[in-house]
Amino acid sequence: MKAPARFWDFNKDISGCGVFGVLHKKRGPIGGDMPIKAMCTMHDRGNGQGGGFAAYGIYPEFKDCYAFHMLCETQEGLDNAEAVIKTFFDIKESQPIPTRRTLAIKNPPIVWRFFLTPKADRPKWKDATEADYIVSVVMHINKDVKDAFVLSSGKDMGAFKGVGFPEDIADFFRLDEYKGYIWTGHNRFPTNSQAWWGGAHPFTLLDWAIVHNGEISSYGINRRYLAQHDYLCTLHTDTEVVAYLLDMLTRKHKLSLRMASYIFAPPFWDEIDRMPLAQQEAFRALRMVYGPAMLNGPFAILVTNNTTMMGLNDRVKLRPLLVAEKDDMVFMSSEESSIREVQRDLDRIWAPKAGEPVIAEVEA
Amino acid sequence: MAADSRFVLNAEGLYYKQLNEQIRAAVRSGHKAIELCNVRGQRYIGNSLDGEDIDIVIHGVPGQDMAAFMRGPHLTVYGNAQDGVGNTMDAGEIVIHGMVGDVLGYAMRGGRIFVKGDAGYRCGIHMKAYMEKFPVLVIGGKAGDFLGEYMAGGAIILLGMFSDKPAEVPITGRSLGTGMHGGVIYVRGEVPAHQLGAGLAAKELDADERAFLEVQIRDYAAALGLDAEAILDAPFLRVKPYTHRPYGNMYVGTN
Repeated sequence: MKAPARFWDFNKDISGCGVFGVLHKKRGPIGGDMPIKAMCTMHDRGNGQGGGFAAYGIYPEFKDCYAFHMLCETQEGLDNAEAVIKTFFDIKESQPIPTRRTLAIKNPPIVWRFFLTPKADRPKWKDATEADYIVSVVMHINKDVKDAFVLSSGKDMGAFKGVGFPEDIADFFRLDEYKGYIWTGHNRFPTNSQAWWGGAHPFTLLDWAIVHNGEISSYGINRRYLAQHDYLCTLHTDTEVVAYLLDMLTRKHKLSLRMASYIFAPPFWDEIDRMPLAQQEAFRALRMVYGPAMLNGPFAILVTNNTTMMGLNDRVKLRPLLVAEKDDMVFMSSEESSIREVQRDLDRIWAPKAGEPVIAEVEA
Repeated sequence: MAADSRFVLNAEGLYYKQLNEQIRAAVRSGHKAIELCNVRGQRYIGNSLDGEDIDIVIHGVPGQDMAAFMRGPHLTVYGNAQDGVGNTMDAGEIVIHGMVGDVLGYAMRGGRIFVKGDAGYRCGIHMKAYMEKFPVLVIGGKAGDFLGEYMAGGAIILLGMFSDKPAEVPITGRSLGTGMHGGVIYVRGEVPAHQLGAGLAAKELDADERAFLEVQIRDYAAALGLDAEAILDAPFLRVKPYTHRPYGNMYVGTN
């Protein structure tokens, strides 16, 4: 490569994604301003091509309804999605997601939310569990309804994301007006997939949400494996597979989150060889049965659901991740500075071992 | 120099470009002793800064790539540092009173970095030495995997003493010194054989190596206010390649 002209004055984007998460163990209210400020500190980890947040505990008045956050490229897309939703659900509330006109966000798509309960008399998937029913409808809309995507589908939670820096996306979605007990945030530096609103993080299914710094090099294998289990990838970003794999492993196959993390980032074979015999057998079985669910490539991910936040690195730690505690709050982030920005004094801060999950849970 | 005579810059709310412009302006106008307060995540502090008489004290958490390409200055961090400290650093000294993130001292070619606590993954990789240039990295806590990977020169000293990690966590990680073909890694305590990269041996120190280690540890302890004798009062091992040029025949046979 030829050096650029005026190479001494050459401005290059030097980035990697940034993730931040906070969980309040007693479900105390955390204002949106905290994750927004934390993400601002890591502004330069992204390049304005994607930002997003997941928030839990934000819809107490509809906590028994599935909150569908919709992203629609056209009004027709939203109308068609609504027609599908009406077939499968009773709509308790239908409203635009409140937004603010901001200079930074140009030509946003239509964002809408529905609060839903499944129809008592289901037109399809009658024998499926309720969760499977929801997943089936989400997959159906994302695959078959043109220009309409379900951004999140859990209870008392929601994903807010789009193309822009995270602070601009937060401004657009007025996230400073929400309070939740778990938040995650993401600043995107897209490397090998397109930048579009659906492709920003977090990726969600039911109440799972994933934010990710890195690349899932095994995307092709993971995606084909998921297709065999009726999960369809429609959002053109590698991280999507993590949300669906988690749902499959933990909800359908009843594995713990810790077990799922050992499938995502398994110990090396030589490490397994040095384990006690019973452990060797367990880890060999996991690697053999779930080989296609292993995540290859660099990653630091934050995984959340209504009660939990988990941080996990790839097994050779090609991306940074810090975990900190202060009283009832647990923080996870790409950079310590973002945690210090919102919480100056910490009880404890550490960098977890590669491939070793850190799981924080709300109390009962 | 007394602390109150330092030129103080408040980094609160400053974008990294503004902060670094202010540091450079201060240096240009003749300030040798500078203090940075409320640093939280500002990148590139001290990058390419030139001059052995510059002394910067940092309060807070400096951001990525602190002191990259730095030549000469002395930096002290009261707090933890993030990833990429001392990237391709040429000369000078960095003292960190907390822990550091990943890729500390990447391709470092001179100067010294003293870290009190734990260090992350891939520290000291591609370190090199030439003529009078001899980089030294001292880590008081434990280190992550790939310490000294592809190391070509200089010294890494790993103590495993001032760590926040549980006692059962090994001092070094896996793939210690993988691809190493020069330089030396000193470890206070044991090095499990399975953690050693190919072609490396962990052996006891000879008299010259012990003398070198003692000098470095005394400087380290003095910089961080620690007891040098307590640090030295334990067996050390040194990790080096078996042979002078372990990869000499890798691509083209020479004998």
